[in-house]
Amino acid sequence: MVQLTLPKNSKMKTGKTWPKPDGATNLRKFSIYRWNPDDRENPRVDTYFVDMDDCGPMILDALIKIKNEIDPTLTFRRSCREGICGSCAMNIDGINTLACIYGMDEVKGDVRIYPLPHMPVVKDLIPDLTHFYAQHASIMPWLETKTNAPAKEWKQSIEDRKKLDGLYECVMCASCSAACPSYWWNSDRYLGPAALLHAYRWIIDSRDEATGERLDDLEDPFKLYRCHTIMNCAKTCPKGLNPAKAIAEIKRMMVDRMV
Amino acid sequence: MRFLTDRKRAEGRGAAGSGTEHHWQMQISAFGLALIVPAFLYVFGSSLGKSHEEVLETFSHPLPAVLTGLVLVVGMLHFRKGAQTMVEDYSKGITRKVLIMSIAAFSYAVMATGLFALVKIAL
Repeated sequence: MVQLTLPKNSKMKTGKTWPKPDGATNLRKFSIYRWNPDDRENPRVDTYFVDMDDCGPMILDALIKIKNEIDPTLTFRRSCREGICGSCAMNIDGINTLACIYGMDEVKGDVRIYPLPHMPVVKDLIPDLTHFYAQHASIMPWLETKTNAPAKEWKQSIEDRKKLDGLYECVMCASCSAACPSYWWNSDRYLGPAALLHAYRWIIDSRDEATGERLDDLEDPFKLYRCHTIMNCAKTCPKGLNPAKAIAEIKRMMVDRMV
Repeated sequence: MRFLTDRKRAEGRGAAGSGTEHHWQMQISAFGLALIVPAFLYVFGSSLGKSHEEVLETFSHPLPAVLTGLVLVVGMLHFRKGAQTMVEDYSKGITRKVLIMSIAAFSYAVMATGLFALVKIAL
């Protein structure tokens, strides 16, 4: 059955409050989820104070500043710092988003940072995305063709190429899937918005010749039809994409080939 | 401990090859209910406060009787499929199977009882 309370070893405790930086007048309070698998303790929420007069404008800037100057044990993923790699996805002020493109000014009051919800935690703000990536691989995210490869290239019209806009931009940050209640309860069988958005991206690619097989692979009450159009995915996507619409299009194609 | 690869876990037992029929039937019944429920509510609402004989008289007319029958059949079929989806969302294993069977039994029982009452009134 669905679990409505946290297991005993996942209940959060109040953590350490780190000292305020000397001489700083423009301080901002950060409450950050901490969990270390090695110390066998329950998760805790540590409090940090960051000098805003000496910090960049994005949440990731503050996290890097905390790690560099206050607490080097704080663990999080980050790479490109411009919303392209999808590494720094986390839950900031209740919203799954990318820390590198989420401005400090978008949060009112104290900043609360947690890992992506309903994913196993590796450490601190790092979720385990193994299953998420395996689900993405299962939809065959590559061009499948049966015709012999042309001498030069697979041609695509400008109109057909335009159909991929709003789909190919996904950076696989997992913000959408971790915001989806259906994915929370049934991620073992439901593919989730990110994998389904990618599936649709290949289904409607005019060069792909495995449309039927791709639809067959999704024809399942759980893989596809657990989406109940809750739309959290579209609301939270830091890239402004709409996975719910892509899923609705897959469902429409399923009906079209049946009726 | 099971030494399954991540890909095997993700693939599970593959696609069941069903789901679209359920989805399409729900769309059809939702469309149908959007048309007949307001009409039924109007008939039902206008009977409120009337005497027992007058209500029986209303529902013995062909149009209200057929409308009520449609609401019973289409409504309970829609309920059965919708509740099944809800059960699949929140339960697993044997609990899921028992709940799905119970919902089907409940839906058909309500439908049969309602139709029996309606026939008794209408004929």
